[in-house]
Amino acid sequence: MGGGTVAGNSAILAGYRALLMKRACLIGLLGALCLVAMGADLGIGASSLGWREAWDVISDPSSHGPSARLIIWSIRMPATLTAVLVGAALALAGTEMQTVLNNPLASPFTLGVSSAAALGAALAIVLGIGLPLVSGTWVLFSDAFLFAFASVLMLQGLTRLQGAGSETLVLFGIAMVFTFNALVALLQFVASQEALQQLVFWTMGSLARADWRKTGIMAGVFAAVFPFSLAASWAMTALRLGEDRARSFGINVARLRFGALLRISLLTATAVACAGTIGFIGLVAPHIARLLVGEDHRFLLPMSALTGAVLLSVSSLVSKILIPGVLLPIGLVTSLIGVPFFVFLIFSRGRRI
Amino acid sequence: MTERKVNGDSLTLAGLSAGYRSRTILQGVDIASIEPGVVGAVIGPNGAGKTTLLRALAGFLPAQGAAHLGECDLLSLSHARRSAHVAYMPQTLPAGVALTVLETVVAALKAAPGGFGDADALAVALDLLGRLGIAEMGMTMLNRLSGGQRQLASFAQAVVRRPKVLLLDEPTSALDLRHQVVVMQQIRDYARRSGALVLMVLHDIGLAMRWADRIILMSQGRVVVDGDGTAITPERLADVYGVSARVEPCSLGHPQVLVDGVAGTP
Repeated sequence: MGGGTVAGNSAILAGYRALLMKRACLIGLLGALCLVAMGADLGIGASSLGWREAWDVISDPSSHGPSARLIIWSIRMPATLTAVLVGAALALAGTEMQTVLNNPLASPFTLGVSSAAALGAALAIVLGIGLPLVSGTWVLFSDAFLFAFASVLMLQGLTRLQGAGSETLVLFGIAMVFTFNALVALLQFVASQEALQQLVFWTMGSLARADWRKTGIMAGVFAAVFPFSLAASWAMTALRLGEDRARSFGINVARLRFGALLRISLLTATAVACAGTIGFIGLVAPHIARLLVGEDHRFLLPMSALTGAVLLSVSSLVSKILIPGVLLPIGLVTSLIGVPFFVFLIFSRGRRI
Repeated sequence: MTERKVNGDSLTLAGLSAGYRSRTILQGVDIASIEPGVVGAVIGPNGAGKTTLLRALAGFLPAQGAAHLGECDLLSLSHARRSAHVAYMPQTLPAGVALTVLETVVAALKAAPGGFGDADALAVALDLLGRLGIAEMGMTMLNRLSGGQRQLASFAQAVVRRPKVLLLDEPTSALDLRHQVVVMQQIRDYARRSGALVLMVLHDIGLAMRWADRIILMSQGRVVVDGDGTAITPERLADVYGVSARVEPCSLGHPQVLVDGVAGTP
């Protein structure tokens, strides 16, 4: 082992450094793309205010009248920020789910976690049932969280059963989606006219009811959860090499998994409480991010969150311009993009594994 | 063959029992001291408890009895402490993971409790790949590796934390002839060089007799034979596997097992 090995090592080291640099650049690029998408999203809406006016109002509030300020600051800005935050939250939840359940088809939407959260939210809206000592908007968030957490615990329990393969998990998830959706429909049946309107919004997914309060909660939850995700990134990377192997590295896999499921529930429940059930972002974004930066979770987690943010921001844009003058529910747009991708994943899986 | 290192702790099992919720699989396993640098092969028919033995030693299953590594009882250590001494290598490395070989070895170091700094982990991982002679595949993605290369990458992940006890679950099960030899050679050289003691589950008695220093034959949760190749006799094979077999020396003098047919019931 002489100079040859040392020279070989330095070549590999250089290759590794270049790879890290490339990933950092891609994350920066996607961050920039996210800002562009937000700007574009902000400049389109029901009123005639365009990008120029939006920029003017933001940079110099005195340049336009109070109505323009109201539209930009109180209507468009919360919706734009909610799109970005909800997209990031769903994508982060989807990535962690795919890793800890070891299933490429896992996402909050496909395995019924979003539907569970929607059922919780529906209970809060229609029947006003909530935890003691919780009031106001928080009832909505806490109910959504409880149901989401219960559903991920069920999924986790299923993966521990002997002989439950990844297909079983997906089928069980589909069963959960149908069950929870049926229960939400039942609640719609008994709901008052006013509550019904709100419910329709949950089930389709929409940014139209975004306000600063909910945006703030979503931002707070994401900011609180993301550092914990990043702290677990090495352990999650190791978990990709197999559960027994990760355990042999000294990782407490049960604790890692429980923490991830808790984060997934928090992110999904908050996202659903803010914008209803928005499908496929949590499924598609992690796959795109994985193609771009690989599975070192130090890069994969932020990349995935940014990809989700860009996707939902662009979907919001599309929902506004697809049929001029009509604001489509954003959940419809993401499903239309997401379903073909989901089918593609199912068919390509056989060949890859 | 390089000379064996003798310093280090030996492993002794006494009355080790373990199993799953409803049934006990290991029924009191005794294995006399396995010295550092020794390669032991665990063989036996399906359901004999070979993999359960490894998993119990790795700490994946609750176990009773004693497993002494030098002075210290592995069973009494916390999982994090035990995993610093004992490494377990599963049968396969998942395919379709978008990580390079180097990244997986770095992750093995970084994910462990009380881990390494980034630069140290990278240096240690690179050094190991060099010593195992697989440095050139450091930047290759796992899903681009052949079966044999994947097993070598898997081996690198298992040994990078310098375990004293290395547990390998059928390390050659999916490999062609050439790669079986490559992997076996790697395992034995590593044990001799590092002083780690190896326990590996093998299905192929021929490989076990050719490459292992100790052969541990298990049947129904117990150790039936523990010794070198000469301890394997036609009578034992008939008892444990239910086959009629001959054990004859090959032209180089190594004992070979030749199976002629089934005999009785195991």
